[in-house]
Amino acid sequence: MVQEDKILDARGLNCPLPILRTKKALGELTSGQVLKIVATDPGAVKDFEAFAKQTKNPLLEHAEAAGEFIFFIQKA
Amino acid sequence: MDEKKLAIIATKGTLDWGYPPFILASTAAALGYGVEIFFTFYGLQLLKKDLGHLRVSPLGNPAMPMPIPMPTLMMVLPGMEGMATSMMKSKMKAKGVASLEELRGLCVEAEVRMIACQMTVDLFEFDTTDFIDGIELGGAASFFEFAGESDITLFM
Repeated sequence: MVQEDKILDARGLNCPLPILRTKKALGELTSGQVLKIVATDPGAVKDFEAFAKQTKNPLLEHAEAAGEFIFFIQKA
Repeated sequence: MDEKKLAIIATKGTLDWGYPPFILASTAAALGYGVEIFFTFYGLQLLKKDLGHLRVSPLGNPAMPMPIPMPTLMMVLPGMEGMATSMMKSKMKAKGVASLEELRGLCVEAEVRMIACQMTVDLFEFDTTDFIDGIELGGAASFFEFAGESDITLFM
């Protein structure tokens, strides 16, 4: 299991807020640190994959449990 | 690697059509794009400090979902536009959709460049002191200066 350095609660937020908040939260981390994001927007799954790919911040892991989507993104 | 660029022309000034330019601009900025929005005609409404005046109209919009089916003629009745606007606002709030002010603020924070079309500012006698800070004035040629070297150009 990946260990996070910071958690972002994006539950109840809709597109594009989870991505925008993630971008901001990653800005507060240093290279190599991991951000855990919890979201409820079903569109977030594709969006986080696309965000990780385009910003070159690796998406280490993602999971779904009880209607929540959990992502671990490492700051490049 | 050179920064990618997105150029948007925003021409609409309704509550619903205010969203696409700010959603795409803020997201592109988060993805590392340099972004410029050129506001012209009714799109200039999106630059006002207070966006509380923006409305959504069910008139001439047969695709707008209504709680109960209504004949088109009813859409002209007084109060219909206000009703549609407050319905949309409360729905957006319930679904966790950001307000336009919030999205615009995120654009400003991400240094999205915003240009107000000089010709339509003059045409509609907009007072530029009503606009948020940091708005530049420009014409079609200034749009092409940025659009010409952009990877994506969108007209909304």
